[in-house]
Amino acid sequence: MRIVVLTKPVPDPAAAEHLGPDGRVDRTGGNVINGNDEYALEAALKLVETHGGEVTVVAMSPETGRDVLRKALAMGATRGVLITDPALAGADWLSTIRVLAAAVREMEFDLLLVGVDTSDGGAGLVPAGLAALLGLPYLSNAATIEPVDAGVRVNRITATGFETLESATPAVIGGTQALGAPRYPTLKGIMGARSKEVAVRTLGDLGLDPATVGGAAAGTRVVDLRRPPERGQAKMVRGPAADVAREVVEFLAARGFI
Amino acid sequence: MPGGIWVIGQAAAGGGLARLSSEVATLARALGEAGGVPVSGVVVAAEPAALAAELAGFVPRVLAVTEPALAASAGATVVAQRVAALARTNAPNLILTGADPDGRDIAGVLAALLGWPVLANALNATWGPVGPRVEISVFGGKQFSTSEFTAGRGVITVRPNAVQAVAQTPAGSVEAVQIADHLALPGVRVVGRIHEQHGGAAVEDARIVVAGGRGIGGPDGVTLLEHLAEALGGAVGATRAAVDAGWIDYPKQIGQTGKIVKPALYLALGISGAIQHKVGMQTAETIVAVNRDADAPIAEFADLMVVGDLFEVGPAILDELRTRRG
Ligand SMILES: Cc1cc2nc3c(=O)[nH]c(=O)nc-3n(C[C@H](O)[C@H](O)[C@H](O)COP(=O)(O)OP(=O)(O)OC[C@H]3O[C@@H](n4cnc5c(N)ncnc54)[C@H](O)[C@@H]3O)c2cc1C
Ligand SMILES: Nc1ncnc2c1ncn2[C@@H]1O[C@H](COP(=O)(O)O)[C@@H](O)[C@H]1O
Repeated sequence: MRIVVLTKPVPDPAAAEHLGPDGRVDRTGGNVINGNDEYALEAALKLVETHGGEVTVVAMSPETGRDVLRKALAMGATRGVLITDPALAGADWLSTIRVLAAAVREMEFDLLLVGVDTSDGGAGLVPAGLAALLGLPYLSNAATIEPVDAGVRVNRITATGFETLESATPAVIGGTQALGAPRYPTLKGIMGARSKEVAVRTLGDLGLDPATVGGAAAGTRVVDLRRPPERGQAKMVRGPAADVAREVVEFLAARGFI
Repeated sequence: MPGGIWVIGQAAAGGGLARLSSEVATLARALGEAGGVPVSGVVVAAEPAALAAELAGFVPRVLAVTEPALAASAGATVVAQRVAALARTNAPNLILTGADPDGRDIAGVLAALLGWPVLANALNATWGPVGPRVEISVFGGKQFSTSEFTAGRGVITVRPNAVQAVAQTPAGSVEAVQIADHLALPGVRVVGRIHEQHGGAAVEDARIVVAGGRGIGGPDGVTLLEHLAEALGGAVGATRAAVDAGWIDYPKQIGQTGKIVKPALYLALGISGAIQHKVGMQTAETIVAVNRDADAPIAEFADLMVVGDLFEVGPAILDELRTRRG
C-alpha cells in the first residue's frame, strides 16, 4: 500500500504570537507537525506495518519545514517531499490546493491522507478541495481506515455516530484525532531518519507559474487585524467548600442561571 | 440572479435543516440587505421539499434540486457538484455554508470546482467597498482579522453559534430545479450508518454546559458532572483529555477538534484551559472554573475561578443548589 500523508508545519499552538505585522502568518518560529496530520501519519504507519508498503510525507512551507519532515521520517515515514519557493509566501487556499495537487500528481499512491483541519489557520478546506482538483473519491472525517477488496473503507464521524463509507482507490481521506495517538520517534528512528531522502520541489519543478499561485495571486486580503477585547480578571474564590459553594451559587443566581 | 448571495441548506444528521444553516441564512440575509443584493437558498437532496421549505423560513427564495444519487452516496461532493453547476449558469458572487464538517466538505469541493477563493470560519460579515468584509478569529482567538475577497467573489464558511438565527415573515418561495449533468467526480458509497445513543442533550445546543477535564479523574467525576448538569438544566461537555481517557464520548468534546459552543454559562471542572479547548468555548457569556491550580490558564479567561478540589467543591455546589430549590 502506498500512502501519501500531508504534514503541514504549524507554529507551536502553545506559543504566543503568530501573525506578522503584514497580517500573514509568521512562520519563522518553532514549527510542529499539525496535530491532525500526526494522527493521519500514525494511521498510515500502522496500515503499512500491517499490509506492507510505504509512506511519503509532504509539506509545503519555507525551508524551516524540513524539521517537521525529519520528525515524520523519525516516526517511520519512508521519504519526505518539501515544496518550497519564495513566491509561495502569502499563498491563499486556492493556491495551496493547486500546488499540493501538482506535487501529489507526480506520485503514485493508493491513499492520500490529509488532516481535517489545522491549528494555525484551521480552515479545514484543503482535503475536500484537493480531492476535487485531483478528481478522486473523498472520504472525510475518518475515525478508522481499512483496506477492503474494492478499495478502502472509512468510518466517518457524524453528529450522531458514524457513517461507513467505501470507495475505489486511489482516494483522499480526511484524518481526525479519532485515528489514534501518534507514536514518539525512537532513538533508532531518529538515527534512521538521517539517511532518508527529503526531495525539494519548487514551483518551477512542479511546472507552476508564480504569477498564478502564491502571494501574487491571492484572492483574499486582510484589511484589519486586532486583539480581541479582554475578558477582564477572573474573580478568585477560595476557602472551605461549603462557603465557596454558596458564593458560586449566589454568583450564578445573580446572573440568572438559577 | 447574477451577483447574488447564496446559502446552502445543509441537512442535519438526524433529519431536517441543520440549525447552523438557519444561522448562515440569517447572516446572508443581513448581508444582502446591507449590500442591496438578492439572497437565495439552495437545497440539494434526494427529497428536497421539506428541507427547502424550512430554509425558506429564512431567505426570500430557495432553489430545490432533487438528487437521487444522494440516497446512497456520501453527500458533500454530490451537493457541491450540483451547486457548482447552478452557479455557473446563475452567476452568484457569494456562496455561504456552515463551517462544520459537512459545510467544510461542501465548501472545499465547491470552491475548487469554481476556482473561487474562500474566507473560512466567519464570525460575522458586513458590507464593504468590494463586497463583504468578513470577521474571522484566528489562532484560537488570540487575534481577530477582517478580510475581503480581492475580486468581491468567493465562498464563505460560517462558524456554528456565531450568529443568532432569526426567521423572516412571510416565508420565501421555493422553486424546483432540475440538473441533468453527469456527476464528474467519483462517488463514495454509504454502506452503513451507526447511530450512537449519546445520553443527555447535545452540547452545542445547550444554554448551560458543565464540562469536565482530566481533573475529573474517572467515572465518579463523570457522575458528578451529570448531577451538576441535571441540577442546572445543562448538558455535559468534555476536554480531549477526558475523551481520550474514555470517560466521556467524543461527540461531547469541546474545542478545536470538537464542538464549538456558545452557552450562556460554561462551568469547567478540572480543566486547565489549553488553547485547543479554549477555541471551542471562549465565547461563552459566563465562565466559571473549578481548579486546584490557581495558575491554570483558564484563570485568564474565566469570570469566576474557584481554587479548590472539584471533589469537595462540586458536591458542595450540588448540595447548595438542592437546598435552594428545597
Ligand atoms: C491538534 C490538537 C487538537 C486538540 N483539540 C482539542 C480539543 O478539541 N479539545 C480539547 O479540550 N483539547 C484539545 N487538544 C488538547 C489540548 O491541548 C489539551 O491537552 C487538553 O485540552 C487538556 O485537557 P484538560 O484541561 O482536561 O487536562 P489538563 O491540561 O491535564 O488539565 C487538568 C486540570 O485539572 C486540574 N485538576 C486536576 N485534579 C483536580 C481536582 N481534583 N480538583 C480540581 N482541579 C483539578 C489541574 O490543576 C489541571 O489544571 C488538542 C490538542 C492538539 C494537539
Ligand atoms: N502547506 C501545507 N503543507 C502540507 N499539508 C498541508 C498544507 N496546508 C494544508 N495541508 C493539509 O491540509 C490539511 C487541512 O488544512 P486546512 O484546510 O488549511 O485546515 C492539513 O491538516 C494538512 O494535511
